[in-house]
Amino acid sequence: MADFPSSLVSSRNLRRILPWLVIVAAAVVLPVVLPPFRLNLLGRFLSLGIVALGIDLIWGYTGMLSLGQGIFFALGGYALGMYLQLDTLEPGQLPEFFGLYGVKSLPAFWQPFNSPVFTFFAIWVIPALVAGLLGYLVFRNRIKGVYFSILTQAALLVFFNFFNGQQKLINGTNGLKTDTAHIFGVLVGSDGMQRNLFWVTVLLVIGAWFLCRWLTTGRFGDALVAIRDDEPRLRFTGYNPTAYKTVVFAVAGGLAGISGALYTVQSGIVSPQFMAVPFSIEMVIWVAVGGRGTLIGAILGALLINFAKSLISEQLPETWLFIQGGLFLLVVTALPDGLVGWWRQGGPGRLIAMVGLPQRSLTYPALDLDPEVQAEQSQFDAQGSESQGSKGGAQ
Amino acid sequence: MNLLELRGVSVSFDGFLALNDLNLQLAPGELRAVIGPNGAGKTTFLDVITGKVKPTKGDVFFRGKSLVGQSEHRISRLGIGRKFQTPRVYQNLSPRRNLELAVRGPHSPFDLLFSPLSSEQRDRVQHLLGVVGLESHAGQQAGGLSHGQKQWLEIAMLVAQDPELLLVDEPVAGLTDEETERTGELLRQLAGDHTVLVIEHDMDFIRDLQAPVTVLHEGHVLCEGSMEQVQNDPRVIEVYLGSETQEAP
Amino acid sequence: MDLLYETLFNGLAIGSVLVLAALGLAVVFGLMGVINMAHGELMMLGAYTTFVVQNIFKAVVPEVLFPIYILVAIPLAFVVSGLVGLLLEKTVIRRLYGRPLETLLATWGVSLILQQFVRSVSSAFALGLLVTVVGGLLIPRLTPKSWWQQRWTPILGSGSWIGSGLVGIVVASVLGQQRVFDQPWFSARNIDVTAPTWLRGSIDVGAVNMPTARLFIIALTAVALIGVTWFLQKSVWGIRIRAVTQNRSMSNCLGIPTEKVDALTFLIGSGLAGVAGVAVTLLGSVGPNLGGNYIVDCFMVVVLGGVGKLAGTVLAALGIGVLSYLIGSGSLLLVWPAMPAGLNELITFFATTSMAKVLVFALIVVFLQVRPAGLFPQKGRMVEA
Repeated sequence: MADFPSSLVSSRNLRRILPWLVIVAAAVVLPVVLPPFRLNLLGRFLSLGIVALGIDLIWGYTGMLSLGQGIFFALGGYALGMYLQLDTLEPGQLPEFFGLYGVKSLPAFWQPFNSPVFTFFAIWVIPALVAGLLGYLVFRNRIKGVYFSILTQAALLVFFNFFNGQQKLINGTNGLKTDTAHIFGVLVGSDGMQRNLFWVTVLLVIGAWFLCRWLTTGRFGDALVAIRDDEPRLRFTGYNPTAYKTVVFAVAGGLAGISGALYTVQSGIVSPQFMAVPFSIEMVIWVAVGGRGTLIGAILGALLINFAKSLISEQLPETWLFIQGGLFLLVVTALPDGLVGWWRQGGPGRLIAMVGLPQRSLTYPALDLDPEVQAEQSQFDAQGSESQGSKGGAQ
Repeated sequence: MNLLELRGVSVSFDGFLALNDLNLQLAPGELRAVIGPNGAGKTTFLDVITGKVKPTKGDVFFRGKSLVGQSEHRISRLGIGRKFQTPRVYQNLSPRRNLELAVRGPHSPFDLLFSPLSSEQRDRVQHLLGVVGLESHAGQQAGGLSHGQKQWLEIAMLVAQDPELLLVDEPVAGLTDEETERTGELLRQLAGDHTVLVIEHDMDFIRDLQAPVTVLHEGHVLCEGSMEQVQNDPRVIEVYLGSETQEAP
Repeated sequence: MDLLYETLFNGLAIGSVLVLAALGLAVVFGLMGVINMAHGELMMLGAYTTFVVQNIFKAVVPEVLFPIYILVAIPLAFVVSGLVGLLLEKTVIRRLYGRPLETLLATWGVSLILQQFVRSVSSAFALGLLVTVVGGLLIPRLTPKSWWQQRWTPILGSGSWIGSGLVGIVVASVLGQQRVFDQPWFSARNIDVTAPTWLRGSIDVGAVNMPTARLFIIALTAVALIGVTWFLQKSVWGIRIRAVTQNRSMSNCLGIPTEKVDALTFLIGSGLAGVAGVAVTLLGSVGPNLGGNYIVDCFMVVVLGGVGKLAGTVLAALGIGVLSYLIGSGSLLLVWPAMPAGLNELITFFATTSMAKVLVFALIVVFLQVRPAGLFPQKGRMVEA
């Protein structure tokens, strides 16, 4: 067993490395190739992939459907937006909008956002803490399922109303503009800065993906799945699901905050619209279309749907709501595991089988699915035989 | 001292008394069978011990400490494990991962994230997979196992927890004769080191356990004794067969 | 003292709209466990039905009869929303029983479609849609039977719908060339329903001024409540509905047609949304976004009230209504002028309609810490299966 045939090793490694090569190549090439407007869109949608990862974590793995991720998304955006508002000011000056409402001194909660270090942490710690607290209050009482969804939606509305109504504190419905601000002396809205932000986004998406992967692959991830499938059972095994749910909801909140901050600087504004009720449900559908319970699906879903949305809204704005509504229906009734799940379960093969060629199978299907045969087969594979048995499709 | 003691426990659901002044003691190391006709309150009885249902009246003591008002996971950590009537395994996890979740050890989120399983825990999981004959299925999703395999997996999970007190609800429902026999053997082996309480409908199985029997009826202990004594008790015959019939079962 | 009564009356009026809006939701959620996110849009359909009825009365019916158009609109709104709800149940929700989160997402999708439908519908659009539906339904009948037992049948099935959809789009865009057909029926603008004169005045009781429109809504709510309660408690179908709620498989064994019961329950819940929509038109102009303004409040009513008891829904809705009005209108300060300064400032901070919602929802979350299952929780061993 010591020496594998070298061809096999390289082909396997290649398969593992190839996606990363593609990603790195894309990250280097795209900023050069794409016009700034498209690159900016891509960067924005990628940053939405991070909030989608968080939703996948809590919904796809843990079974809690939050309709209020917009809260944490917007909190992250506001944290960065407030910093950028203050950063460009001369000492003693106030952000412009305060003048409109007759506010003479900076409200106390703005003060810490003078500090870049504080802001750096505030972007993800504040949303995580708010999520943790909200989650704890709900989970502690064993409120779950649709009740949890409804309460998160109500919380979202509360935050929306609050931010929308407080002109004197946070500029209300107008939000905070960021594209005229400077980071390290560079205009945020400039093309060069946007390119840098694109790379930052790519790095953070990859980082978030690794974080989620680490959380979901080990025993912790097993516990999350166990909570989703049979929470009371887990309790009787000595686990406290409240702790797990609070932790994972806080992580998702933190991810949403990072996502919101990245989205804010790339779209040039943060406003209460980030907390609009439909937007938070839209986030869920990105994950559903991509494939819940698969991390890559969350990112792909966010990219795919948002690109579709921007294309369709440019061409035929009236039809977008029909298409979006149809997507909700389609994914729930026909594609419960999303595109990635469908792909992994051999969906394309089944589609081909429908029009003609039967699926390839090395042996009798029943034999192919037998675990003992599979165990033997994998041993056989490990010894180096070239085999391409289609093991997908096993439920 | 008794390991487990229920004192005058009553549970009322909207006026319906599922348990009615129930008293029961279990000594350490004992193997006890509990039988009773449908609706006798057997499952509620387990619910009260494991903290799922709060008693309306009365108290439950485990090693002399009251369990009432404690949450399920705390009670479980005190050393009380439970197997459910219909097998409840985590369908989307493999048997190995089911057992790795159940295996005794710290259970906080941070433990699961930062401390991997010790080699002893790993060995224990591997050993148990062998005991219940699921080695070749160890990597497959548990949802695809047969009913009997799920029953056994759940028993293995219970053993993996290594609780002092095992509450086993209908362990042999839906098993073949051979499997039933092996389950009985396993439970008898566990008794001694552990205290085992078995709820079962299968009278032959209980007879083979050779354990003292407690008969529940309408939420109340009807009588206790060996299987022989219980079977000949006229009250038991009455609740099982109705008052008209006088024949022994 | 009069001020207090007036405040209470206004709170009650707001609360009764909430009762009416949440009633249908409570029926569907309490009895079937289905979360219907499109409930608000069913209300919107009720409101638009009222608008259409009003226009028909204006155009065709003798003017003497105009004052009663609202009474005609109520049953019609019930029927329209109820039928749309029935269609929704038969096509979507039926497939999703026992999967509440999926139902939630699917009905949200339906709500988006309904909103956009009302905005875009024109004669061309409606005819195109008709062509699509007729085509999709007819293709299986007009093609050889053997085609529908093949490997590729699923592709044929979806293909025939996509095909007829395309034909529908072509029809709609060709017709859309004519100005007559392209004119949207409602467009995205808000619509105004003119209340008949008898609903525009007010009655003075003591020193309290009670607008008749509000009195009418309160009366309508009361009638709807009594109707629903009577139906569920006394009528044969009501008893069947409750039986299915309590034990579906047993009901099935006893010969209760559970599918019909589901459909009926959903129809009634949706119809009640339509009636609520009629009431809403009396409060001001309405638009395609009407649903969004009510849906979260309605769900909070259901969560606060507890599932399964209408009394909980009523109490929760009235409570939320009165409290929101008290805080939002700032009349708490008028009623209680001697309030301590700190509290005074706090209340002033929340004294707008949207900020009042912030406070009320926060209070609900606090309340749920004490009573997680709401005011009237379901009891018994069935609760946590």
